[in-house]
Amino acid sequence: MTVPAGRVPGPGARGGEPASGAAGSGAAGSGGGPRPREAGQTAGARAVARALTGVLPAEAILTDPARLRTYDCDGLSHLRVTPGLVVLPETTAQVRAAVLACAEAGVPFVARGAGTGLSGGALPVADGVVIALTRMRRILRVDPADKVAVVQPGVVNTEISAAARPYGLYFAPDPSSQTVCTIGGNVAENSGGAHCLKHGFTVNHVLAATVVLPTGEVVELGSQAPDPVGYDLLGVFVGAEGTLGIATEITVRLTRAPLAVETLLAGFPGVEPAAATVSAIVAAGVVPAAAELMDALAVEAAEAAVGCGYPPGAGAVLLVELDGPRAEVAGALAEVEELCRRHGAFDLRRARDESERAALWRGRKSAFAAVGRISPDYYVQDGVVPRTVLPEALLRIGALAERAGLRVANVFHAGDGNLHPLVLFDAAVPGAAEAAERLAGRILGVCLDLGGSITGEHGVGVEKMAYLAHQFSRDDLDVMQFLRCAFDPAALANPGKLFPTPRLCGEPPGPRRGAHPLQDAGLAELY
Amino acid sequence: MPAPGAAHAAASGGGDPSGWLADCVHCGFCLPACPTYILDSAEPDSPRGRIQLIGQILDSGTVSPVQAGHLDNCLGCLACLPACPSGVRYDRLIEHARERVEEEHPRPWRERAQRALVFALFPHPRRLRLVRPLLWLYQRRLSGLVSRFLPAAVREMAALAPEVTGLTWTPVAETVPAAQPRRAVVGLVAGCVQRVFFPGVNQATAEVLAAEGCEVRTPAAQGCCGALSAHAGRLEEARRFARDLIGTFESAGVDVVVVNAAGCGAAIKEYGHLLADDPAWAARATRFAAKVRDAAEWLVEIGPRAARVPVGLSVAYQDACHLRNGQGVIAQPRALLSGIPGLDLREVAEPGVCCGSAGIYNLLQPGTASRLGHRKAEHVRETGAEVLATANPGCAMQIRQALRDSGSEVRVMHVMELLALSIRG
Repeated sequence: MTVPAGRVPGPGARGGEPASGAAGSGAAGSGGGPRPREAGQTAGARAVARALTGVLPAEAILTDPARLRTYDCDGLSHLRVTPGLVVLPETTAQVRAAVLACAEAGVPFVARGAGTGLSGGALPVADGVVIALTRMRRILRVDPADKVAVVQPGVVNTEISAAARPYGLYFAPDPSSQTVCTIGGNVAENSGGAHCLKHGFTVNHVLAATVVLPTGEVVELGSQAPDPVGYDLLGVFVGAEGTLGIATEITVRLTRAPLAVETLLAGFPGVEPAAATVSAIVAAGVVPAAAELMDALAVEAAEAAVGCGYPPGAGAVLLVELDGPRAEVAGALAEVEELCRRHGAFDLRRARDESERAALWRGRKSAFAAVGRISPDYYVQDGVVPRTVLPEALLRIGALAERAGLRVANVFHAGDGNLHPLVLFDAAVPGAAEAAERLAGRILGVCLDLGGSITGEHGVGVEKMAYLAHQFSRDDLDVMQFLRCAFDPAALANPGKLFPTPRLCGEPPGPRRGAHPLQDAGLAELY
Repeated sequence: MPAPGAAHAAASGGGDPSGWLADCVHCGFCLPACPTYILDSAEPDSPRGRIQLIGQILDSGTVSPVQAGHLDNCLGCLACLPACPSGVRYDRLIEHARERVEEEHPRPWRERAQRALVFALFPHPRRLRLVRPLLWLYQRRLSGLVSRFLPAAVREMAALAPEVTGLTWTPVAETVPAAQPRRAVVGLVAGCVQRVFFPGVNQATAEVLAAEGCEVRTPAAQGCCGALSAHAGRLEEARRFARDLIGTFESAGVDVVVVNAAGCGAAIKEYGHLLADDPAWAARATRFAAKVRDAAEWLVEIGPRAARVPVGLSVAYQDACHLRNGQGVIAQPRALLSGIPGLDLREVAEPGVCCGSAGIYNLLQPGTASRLGHRKAEHVRETGAEVLATANPGCAMQIRQALRDSGSEVRVMHVMELLALSIRG
C-alpha cells in the first residue's frame, strides 16, 4: 500500500494519478482508479452539490474537474485521489449542512485544513466530498485572563500566537508546518513539534470544541472549566484523524510566553554520544523545551539548502532549547553545557539574541525540505522509541540502511525519542522505491521492537494503516472500532484511514456487514 | 536577509518545466505567502494549486477556461519563491504556463482587445509619449464629459494613471557626469512608464548616482525591457525587447546597469534564462544580466559618499514584490532611507503581500487588484506616515489610487526622490 516517494517521480506528480501501487490504497475501497474521475460524475456527489446550492455561495461549491484535482492530495503527495466535490464552508451551520447532505446521500466526506499532513489523513475519497475549512479562519475571542482563545478550525497555528502576543501569551504546540497548518488539522492529528517535549502536544492545549458529528448533530465536547466530569470525549476526539466528526470552534489554552529562552547548539563526533547526551540531560532532571538532533547527512542537506553554518566536521548536531524563569534557565543551561562536554561535544554555541536563535534553528527547520537538495527522492518516516534506547535505535537503523544499500538521514525530536529517518533514493533507479519502502517499514519494526510506536506525530492516515496491526492486537482494534461506530455509525467520516482492514461497521461506505464476533459473544454492542 | 536568488539557484529542476513541477513536494509553505490565497483561501488560487493546474495543462496539452482563469488570477508577485523550502522555480513555471495559455486558450474578444491595446501601448515609450497630452487634457477638462463613452478598460487605465503635471517634460540627459571623483560608469534603464509618467524619478536617480560618484549614461535609444511581455506569457516579444536592450547598453560602454523600476530589474536579471535557448545570445544575455543592479542595491554596494541634509518626514516603505521576492533586495532601500538624517522610517504591516499592481494585473484583473490595493492602503494609513516610499512605478500608481479612494493624503514617492531631496539639500 505505501509507495515511498517523498518527492513525486514522473507523471504521477502532476497527472493527478495515484502512483502505481497506490490504486486500491484503501481510500473508501474504491481505490484511486488509474484516471481521475470527472466531477459530479456520481449521483452522490451531485446530490450533495444540489442540496447545498443556496446554502453555500455558488463559488464555495467546486465541481469543475480542474479545480477538484487541486485537492487530490495533502502533504503525502504520492497518493492522489480526485474528490467528487469540494465545499468551502464559512460557518458551523454551513459545515453542518454539508455533513447532513453527505449523510442523507450516503456520501463519504473528508475534512481538510491546509493540506500539510504527511500521512494522507486528508486524502480525498474518490467521488466523495472534501469539506475544506480554510475559509473558517476567524479568531473569535482571545481572553488573556482565562488564558484561552476561541478560534475557527481554519486559523493557522501561528496566527493564534500572533493574536495572543500582545498579552504575553502564545499557543505552545509547534509542528514544523506551523506557519501553514491549521488548528483544525492540529486537533485531528494531535500535532506535536519540537517544543512538545516540555509543553505537551495539541491534546494538552485544547479545552473544548464544537463538533459536527458525522450524523449532522452539533455537540460541545470538553469545557473551559478544568477537570470536566464523565468520559473524556474531547480526549477521544483529538487525534482521531477526522474519523469522528469536524471541529468548527476550538477553545485552546494559551501559555505564558517564557521569561527567558536559551538556545544551545553543539557538534558531536557522532549520533550516539549526542543521543546519549539527551538522555543524560533528562535524567539530570532538566526538561528542555526542545532537544533536536541532526546527523551528518541531514546537516549536509541543510548546509546545501540554507548555508546554516553548523559546526564543520560534526557527525551530529544537537540543538537544545531551555525556557522558563530566568534563574531556572540559567542553572539548567550550565548543567546542559557540562553534560554536552562530558559526552564529547565540541563547538558549543549559545544564541545571544533572537536573530542568533533564528540562525541556530534555521538548519533544523529547513532540514526536511532541504533533503531534496541531496537526493532526488526521499521517504519521510516517523516512529518513536523510548529516549534511553535512541543510541541503539540509531545504530540499528544505520545497519539496516547499510544492508539495503540506501542512505538514511536522521533529523528528529530526540527529547521525545521521536525519530524522523529520511530514506533517500532515486526513483529513476528500478527497484529503488520498493527498497526504500521496505527499509522504512523495517525501521518501524525496530521502533516497535524497542518498545516504541509507529508514529510520533504524523498520524496513521492512509500511510500507516497496515502497521497499526503490528502495534495493536485484534482486540485493541475492535475496541477502537466500536468507539468509532458510536460517533459515526454509517462510516462516512474520513473512511479508509487509520484502520488496516474493513472492520465492524464497515470501512467502505455501504451497508454494514454481519455482527462482529464480540457482538456474537455478547461482549459488545453496537449503538 | 536571505537572498532568494541564491536559494533558487540550487533548485534541481534545470531548464525543464516538468523538472520544475517535480521539485514541488506539496508542503504548502507557499500558501500563507500568496495574496490570492490570503483573500479567498481556496487551493486553485494558491501557488501549490496552480502548480497542479500547470501540470494538468502540460499533461493534456489543452487549456480550459477554468484553468486559464486561475492562472490569470496569479499576480506573479513571486511571494511564493522565498517561501518555498524546495526551491521550486514558480516564476519560470508561471511564465511558461502563460505562454501555453496564450497559445491554447481562445480569449473572448474583449479580453483580446484589452490585451492588444495594453501591449500596443505600454512597452512603447514613443507611443506612451503621445498619450501624455491626451491624458493631461482628460485629467483637466474631459474626464467628466467623455469617461462614460470610453470602454471600461480604457477608463480603468486612465483612472490609474498618475497626474500629468504638464504637456512636456525633460528626459534625463544622455550623459550626466559624476559630481565627485568618478567611481564607476553606470547605465540607467529609463523604463517605459517610468520615463513618460515619472520623469522626476529618473532625474532623481541620475542626480543621486552622479552625487555618489557615478557617471550616468541613459541611452535615448533604449526601448522596453520586455518585463510586461514576459510576465504575460508573450515570451517571443520579450526576447525581442531583451536583445535590443542588451545591444543598446553594450554599446554604451558601462560598468554596471542600474534599474530603478523593480519589475524591469527583476526581468532583466532573468535575461540569461529568457535567452537560454538562443545560442547567439545566451552567453551575452547572462553576461549582461550579471551587470544589472537595482538602484538601491548598487548605492549600498558602493557606499555613501555624498553629504545628506535632514529631511523631516515620516516615511513608510513598501516593498515592491519584484524587489523583495524577485531580487531579494529588502534591506538596501531601508538602509538608504534610514541613512537620511531626520527621516522617520516606518514599516507597513504585511510587507510581503502584493499591493495588487503586479505590472498590468490591475488592468486585467481589477477586482482582485482593488481588494489588495485597499488592504495595502489601509496598512499604509495605519503607519500614520506622511509619505509612502516605494521603488516601482506600478506600485506607486496602484497605492496612490487606493489611498485617494480612501480619502488619504499620503504622498507617494520613489526612494530615489527622497534620497535626491536629502542630497540636493
